[in-house]
Amino acid sequence: MRLPPLDSPQWNSTFRAFAWGMAATSATILSAVLFVTYIGIGALAHAAQFSMLWAILATVLVWAGPAQIILITTLASGASIVQSAIAVTMTAVRLFPMVVAVLPMMRNEQTKRRHLVLVAHFTAVTLWVECYRFLPHVPREQRVAFIHGLGCGLMTIGLTATIIGYELAANLSQNLAAAILLLTPLAFLFSTARNSRTLADGLSLVLGLVFYPVASLMNSGLDILVSGVVAGTIAYGVHKWRDES
Amino acid sequence: VSDFIGDWHALVVLVLAGVIPNQLWRMLGLWLGAELDEGSDLLMWVKAVATAILAGVIAQILVQPPGALAGVPAALRYGALAAGTVAFLLTRRSIFAGVACGEIFMLAGRWWLG
Repeated sequence: MRLPPLDSPQWNSTFRAFAWGMAATSATILSAVLFVTYIGIGALAHAAQFSMLWAILATVLVWAGPAQIILITTLASGASIVQSAIAVTMTAVRLFPMVVAVLPMMRNEQTKRRHLVLVAHFTAVTLWVECYRFLPHVPREQRVAFIHGLGCGLMTIGLTATIIGYELAANLSQNLAAAILLLTPLAFLFSTARNSRTLADGLSLVLGLVFYPVASLMNSGLDILVSGVVAGTIAYGVHKWRDES
Repeated sequence: VSDFIGDWHALVVLVLAGVIPNQLWRMLGLWLGAELDEGSDLLMWVKAVATAILAGVIAQILVQPPGALAGVPAALRYGALAAGTVAFLLTRRSIFAGVACGEIFMLAGRWWLG
C-alpha cells in the first residue's frame, strides 16, 4: 500500500488520516501475525474456563499479547492475584520504553498530553514497529489521527481473532497449534530486523537474542529485564563509541 | 447471557491482576516521556533496551516454549529460526520469506521425524 505524498491535500482531513491508518493494517504481515496470536489467546481463555466477555475485555483493556497469555496461564494454574499481577507487570515494563519512543514521533506544538492517552493505550509491539515504518510518510499534524486509525484497525483484528479463537477452542491439532505459536517469534524477529537502521538497532536485536538464554540460567523471574537492559546498554554504548571515534 | 458474562469476580481479577499492572507502564511512559526529545541520548538508550527486551521474548518462546510448541524438538525450533534467517537475508529482507521458510522447516521436520 502506498500512502499519499506528504504534500497531498488528502492529508488535510483528520478523518481521511484516520481512514488511512485503518487501511494501513492491510499492508502488513504483522496484521496476520496479530490475528493468529489472538486466535491462540482466545483459545487459551476458553481452555482456562474464562467467559467470552472476560476474553473480550482482556483484549480491549490489556492489549498486550504476552501479558494476556501470562495472566491466563497463571490464574488458571491457581496463582494468587498478587502473583499474577507481578508476572504481568514484568512483561509490561517493555511498554514503557515503547510509549516513550513512540510519542515524540507524533507530538507537535499543539499536542496536549490527553491527546496521546489513546495512542499510549494502543502502543504494543505491533504498533511500535509500524510507527517506524509508516510515520515518516505521514505529515506530523495528522499522525495522532493516523495512529488512532491504525490502533483501531489492529484492535478490530485482535478482537475478531479472540472471538474466533474462543469459539474454535482446543480443536486445533498439535502440529497446527505448534505452528501458530512459532509464528510469533519468527514474525517479530524479521519485522524488527527489517526496520533496523542504525548499528544500535541491529546490535540490540542480536545481543538480546543471545543474552536471554544466558540470563535465563539465573532463573530470577527478572531474566527478560536483565538481559534486555544489559544487551540494550551495550548496543547503545557501542553506537555512541563508534559515533565519537 | 450469564455464560457470556461469566463470574463477575473473575472480571474484578482481570482488572486487578491484568489491566492495572499492564497499563501502569504505558501511563508512566505517557507521563514521563512527554518531555523527551526524539533524538535524545536517553531515548536512543531506551529504544535499544526495548528492542533487546523484545529479542529476549523471541528467544524465550524458542528456549522455553509454551503449550504445543514444547512438543517440538529443540533442534527443530532453532533450525526453523536459522532457516528463516537465511531466507530473510537471501530475499533482501522479506519478512514473508523468513516466516514461511521457518514454518516450512519446522512442519517438514515434524513430518520427517514422524
